[in-house]
Amino acid sequence: MADRVYLSILGSRFRSQLSYRTSFLLDFVAQMLGQAGELIVILVLFGRATELGGFAVHEVLIMYGIAGVGFGLADLFVGQLDELPRLIRTGQLDVLLLRPLSTLAQVVTGDIQLRRVGRIAAALGVLVYVLSTSDIAWSAPKLLLAITAPLVGAVLFGSIWVVACSICFWIVDGRELANAVTYGSNMFSSYPITVYPPWLRRVLAFVIPGAFIAYYPALALLDRPDPLGAPAFLGWCSPLIALVAAGVAGLVWRFAVRHYQGTGS
Amino acid sequence: MRALIGCYPHLAVAGFHRYSTYRSAAVAALTTNSAFGLMRIAVLFSVLGARQEVAGYDAGSIASYVWLGQGLLGVIMLWGGHELADRVRSGDVAIDLSRPWNLQFALLAEEFGRAGFAVLIRFVPPMLIGSLLFDLRWPQRSQTWVLFALSVVLAVAMSFAIRFLLSLSAFWLLDARGITAMYGILGGIVSGLTVPLAFFPDWAQLALWWTPFPSLLQNTIDVFVERGDPLPLLAHQAVWTVALLAIGQLVQRAAERKLVIQGG
Repeated sequence: MADRVYLSILGSRFRSQLSYRTSFLLDFVAQMLGQAGELIVILVLFGRATELGGFAVHEVLIMYGIAGVGFGLADLFVGQLDELPRLIRTGQLDVLLLRPLSTLAQVVTGDIQLRRVGRIAAALGVLVYVLSTSDIAWSAPKLLLAITAPLVGAVLFGSIWVVACSICFWIVDGRELANAVTYGSNMFSSYPITVYPPWLRRVLAFVIPGAFIAYYPALALLDRPDPLGAPAFLGWCSPLIALVAAGVAGLVWRFAVRHYQGTGS
Repeated sequence: MRALIGCYPHLAVAGFHRYSTYRSAAVAALTTNSAFGLMRIAVLFSVLGARQEVAGYDAGSIASYVWLGQGLLGVIMLWGGHELADRVRSGDVAIDLSRPWNLQFALLAEEFGRAGFAVLIRFVPPMLIGSLLFDLRWPQRSQTWVLFALSVVLAVAMSFAIRFLLSLSAFWLLDARGITAMYGILGGIVSGLTVPLAFFPDWAQLALWWTPFPSLLQNTIDVFVERGDPLPLLAHQAVWTVALLAIGQLVQRAAERKLVIQGG
């Protein structure tokens, strides 16, 4: 029953957004360019260096691609959480809380933005191109890893998003802080973690599980040992980490919503 | 004299006061700027590797480049600041254009007030953090400080001039959101915020030199780190600032003619 409600909400969102063709197309292209920005940066940097943190351009681009598709999917499905401060300030969240449906699911389906597919398309294009032109010893497990890594990355990014946005229940305008974590994680995981100083790496790779989004899966795909000495099996552990992260995110969200007392106006 | 200068100094002071109320936003911005600053600097240092310098940047200049960029970002207001576009869309701009002032000058005066406060709260803190964590390159010549201050003033005026034009485009496009979104996305790259423009291939650097964008951030940063002769950098800024403000005046006049106020 509830699934059908969400499906009809999503359907109405898609139909309304597709009805303004030109505007949709412009937004779609803007999203593609948004993703291409970091690609340009990576290519410019490799014009001045042959390796970054010990990795060649195609290796960095595999990380960029996995992170980009994962971030794009997360942005598409839970990016609406960025609107949480507005929903809280205007009191619209109270309406959602009263309905007999999941609050989180209502927030994320409420204004889903189809144009964000543009970001996914751009990243996926790069990922498929780099994977098909790189010298990878393909096997069935690796093929499975290549397909699931962006999806698992999306779950990790989504969990990070939910936790980061939960802060908005305490801080009046926490959007920028939340964006620092979400967009920051996207930039972090687009590069090999070897480029970052150790203390920054500890926080962004392991406290926020940024290293499991793209770095370790990319190492496994490339059959490369980790220059930092982590065991090779970590490349296959991301789904497990994602499961834990999603569980933590769910708990944090519940705690935050229970704490919520309205704006009082 | 008073009649000549008119309301503009008051508007600048008002702009300063208006933005001084957004202190918690400044704390959030500092966190964001610091996080991205730390990551950008790590990536650029790994480009440098064991080398002394890349494209004229040594470790100290790279550190200064990153923190100046993160700090100036909020001063020139590279992102956001499109309230005028909303007022064009809603029609409120009719009131703004009918007041006994020159709208562009009035908004520019307010912008200088805002930028003045942003120097205190958006520029100084990231520079402090940067100088605590890294060995920044500070100006070696004393006159550089004066040139840098001048360069910041020009960058603020130019950033405003570009946003003013983008906002007024709503008179013809009805909705400037698409074009401002595009500017926000590409602005970070073409202004030299995410990667120094000197790292780009020669053809791209040459192409960008013919656009106003290096004058938003890169030229100001290069004046500070004393990369080459500062005069061409400042001249580029001055020429583009004057040109874009002048175009803004023309477009403003065209917009006034286009404006139709219904009823009465």
